[in-house]
Amino acid sequence: MRPSVFIRLLVNGEEHALAVPAQRTLLEALRYDLGLTGSKQGCDKGDCGACTVLARERAGEGRGEAILSCITLAQDAQDLAITTIEGLAGPQGLDPVQRAFADCGALQCGFCQPGMMLSARALLDDNPKPTLPQIQEALSGNLCRCTGYTKIYEAVQVAAGLRAPAQRAPVQSERAAPSDSKAQTVKEIVP
Amino acid sequence: MMTLPDLTVLRPGSVAEAVEALRANPGARVLAGGTDIVPNLKYGMYDTRHLVALRGLSSELRYVREHQSGELRLGAMCSIDELGRSELVKARVPALADACRQIAGPQLRRMGTLGGNLCLDTRCVYVNQSHFWRSALGYCLKKDGTVCHVVAGGKRCVAAASNDTAPVLLALDASVKTISPRGERTIALHEFYVADGLHNTVLAPDELLTEVRIPAAAARRRQAFAKLRMRAAIDFPALNLAVALELDGHSVKSVSLAVSALAARPALIKGLQDLHGHAADAIFAEELGRRAHKQCKPLTNIGIDPGWRRDVLPVLVRRTVLRAIG
Repeated sequence: MRPSVFIRLLVNGEEHALAVPAQRTLLEALRYDLGLTGSKQGCDKGDCGACTVLARERAGEGRGEAILSCITLAQDAQDLAITTIEGLAGPQGLDPVQRAFADCGALQCGFCQPGMMLSARALLDDNPKPTLPQIQEALSGNLCRCTGYTKIYEAVQVAAGLRAPAQRAPVQSERAAPSDSKAQTVKEIVP
Repeated sequence: MMTLPDLTVLRPGSVAEAVEALRANPGARVLAGGTDIVPNLKYGMYDTRHLVALRGLSSELRYVREHQSGELRLGAMCSIDELGRSELVKARVPALADACRQIAGPQLRRMGTLGGNLCLDTRCVYVNQSHFWRSALGYCLKKDGTVCHVVAGGKRCVAAASNDTAPVLLALDASVKTISPRGERTIALHEFYVADGLHNTVLAPDELLTEVRIPAAAARRRQAFAKLRMRAAIDFPALNLAVALELDGHSVKSVSLAVSALAARPALIKGLQDLHGHAADAIFAEELGRRAHKQCKPLTNIGIDPGWRRDVLPVLVRRTVLRAIG
């Protein structure tokens, strides 16, 4: 491995000085140098959105825009202020997006969730009352292979205060209709 | 998990420094948004040891300006996302704004740049794969091998130009400004691309694309862009096309049609002059579709049935032309 380069990263408001190989990606630096494993390594080539983090210029305000850390060089991220999923919750507790995702059950395996929630946060920072197509567009760079997205869109609407979480009663198991009772009687087979 | 090869990253602070870095390090490659080159480097597609990262050039090359000649000038470091939202771009070249909004997904549009999209490496289902995958197939013309898996016996790489901004800018007669140690030059976009999948532009290794220039006349032309892809986000085009029309009342004064995601060079459909003076109607749209079908032969370089792509092309052309006519 080549000699390391010294870089400074501003992650979740904290300044870190690191010695990393020149080709280190931001995602690798977050996960393996800083131990912030909330950002996920999915496709690792910029397709799936699991590595999404929020970034803005250091001099800027707010949390910034969603970018992909797996195809950003750590060296090239030194001028940015990065927010990862670990930095989303504030002193008051969970971010409304995180609370809404939990309330709506907007996850199954959870792998896409950090990226999904950060994309949702960036959307709501920019547009506090998005329409459903705007939500779908903003999350179109985050792939989820479990949920079918319905509850994820619902969670973003809940986080935006546009609706309450859907009440989903537990599904009753079907009772056999009386007419079926005969059909269901198993005849004993006499040898 | 795919790691990047050993690299030295140079971070120039100006265009002059960037050109000097390219000159001083033969084989160096340019990193702008990184959305194309980083995955390709992870795939082991380049033997480069040096990357020239252009983030420091943002203040110099990130602008949307109207020149006094009426020409629209776009800095090469403009992000795809900001061009898709720019009021000036939407007003003057709506087809370009439309194309930008259809590139990849939201995160990639924020990272990717206009210059990067125009210089996007060609793509092929047989090469945009891991090193292991390519080695199992015995490699190909584009990288490390001597055979083409798309064209049997082919001697020239036919990996597909997959930039979505290129057909629009081609149809609108745009040009690009470049800077190298030999000075500046302006290249008409129809002379910018060459039919070689290994390196499909006329850019020299130490030459940097700095600006895109769109003639004032573009704003007067009816224009539309269309992209065929499997998913509504993230995917590269299975076909893309742009049409630009100048109308004189209800008749066509001039027309140009560019189709891409075929082979290494975006294709400008030839021989449309005899349609000048034709009524701008459904028959005209149908005829343009017929000509595009005749001149464009999709290949297996994109993993979507080429026969279907060819069949769907005239339909896409007809709809796009009708949309442009309005």
